[in-house]
Amino acid sequence: MSEVAPNPEAAAWRRRALLLAPLAAAGLGGAGFYAMLRGLGTGDYDPRGVPSALIGKAPPDFSLPPLDGTGLPGLSAADLRTGTGKPLLVNFFASWCAPCVIEHPQLMRLAREGVGIMGVAYKDKPADSLGFLRQRGTPYARLGVDQPGRVAIDWGLYGVPETYLLDKGGIIRWRMAGPVTEEILAQQVTPLLRRYA
Amino acid sequence: MIRWLLLLLLAAGPALAVGDPADQLPNPAQEERARVIGRELRCMVCQNQSIEDSDADLARDLRRIVREQVAQGKPDEAVLTFVHERYGDFVLLKPPFKAATALLWGMPAIALLGGALLIRGMRRRQRVASGPPELTQAERDRLAQLSGRLRE
Repeated sequence: MSEVAPNPEAAAWRRRALLLAPLAAAGLGGAGFYAMLRGLGTGDYDPRGVPSALIGKAPPDFSLPPLDGTGLPGLSAADLRTGTGKPLLVNFFASWCAPCVIEHPQLMRLAREGVGIMGVAYKDKPADSLGFLRQRGTPYARLGVDQPGRVAIDWGLYGVPETYLLDKGGIIRWRMAGPVTEEILAQQVTPLLRRYA
Repeated sequence: MIRWLLLLLLAAGPALAVGDPADQLPNPAQEERARVIGRELRCMVCQNQSIEDSDADLARDLRRIVREQVAQGKPDEAVLTFVHERYGDFVLLKPPFKAATALLWGMPAIALLGGALLIRGMRRRQRVASGPPELTQAERDRLAQLSGRLRE
């Protein structure tokens, strides 16, 4: 075996590179994997998560009837567009949805702190939604009933719970598909509410 | 036995979720169009199925919307755009070509090019390596001796 130009110095470099390249690749891969696992733990990274197509846009046109028995007004796009000068949340929930139970205390806390939360009861029997809210409290300032789930599709919803954050101008800035846990509340919702205030 | 089972598997057609005849359009041409559109749309809940293949609630709602719009006479593009506007690129099983998806679409070409370069490099090295080894001084002397003897 004879190389064309057996330059010993170049050959040594090549051997060193061949040794170091896999090590560097393994190191980078390990760092990436660690970041991924950490993100999974804190909820920053969700491999099944899909960005909302509505980010940076105004909410779609809709008008939903109120839920009888709550005394709350219904919800329409106009209520979100006029803006109260403060950021607000739009929360899709259902009484049959287990993660909604998990996030409910966080929504109640936000409501107590004075954050405006608009509710949409998704594909739920009105009596069941009412029972859910009577048992756990009502964090909503307005509540629309979307029994056929058509308005939810206009929002690009693909499951409950989902929560959208609108800035004070009524533009959608953030969407959480899944429950707003205590971690999500502390690490994402609270800073975002401050940023878009 | 296993072979028969495999053959049986091959013979089985894909199970379509639109089993409910009430959901199908009465016009077969429109129903066929709706199915073609539906196969382009991802079910956001199951993520690896089209809405035509999925049993999820949301997939059924989207199938209904697609059929409604087809029945209204909307062109295929408009129906796809309607869903795309709401659910983003991810809902399209064939994502559009743009800056964010360039790597996705370019990957086959990049892989092919990489493979071709690798093969070329290996061939070249092989050609260099497989040339006949040079004769040593002793062999050369012996060759000269032999050819000298032939000429005598």
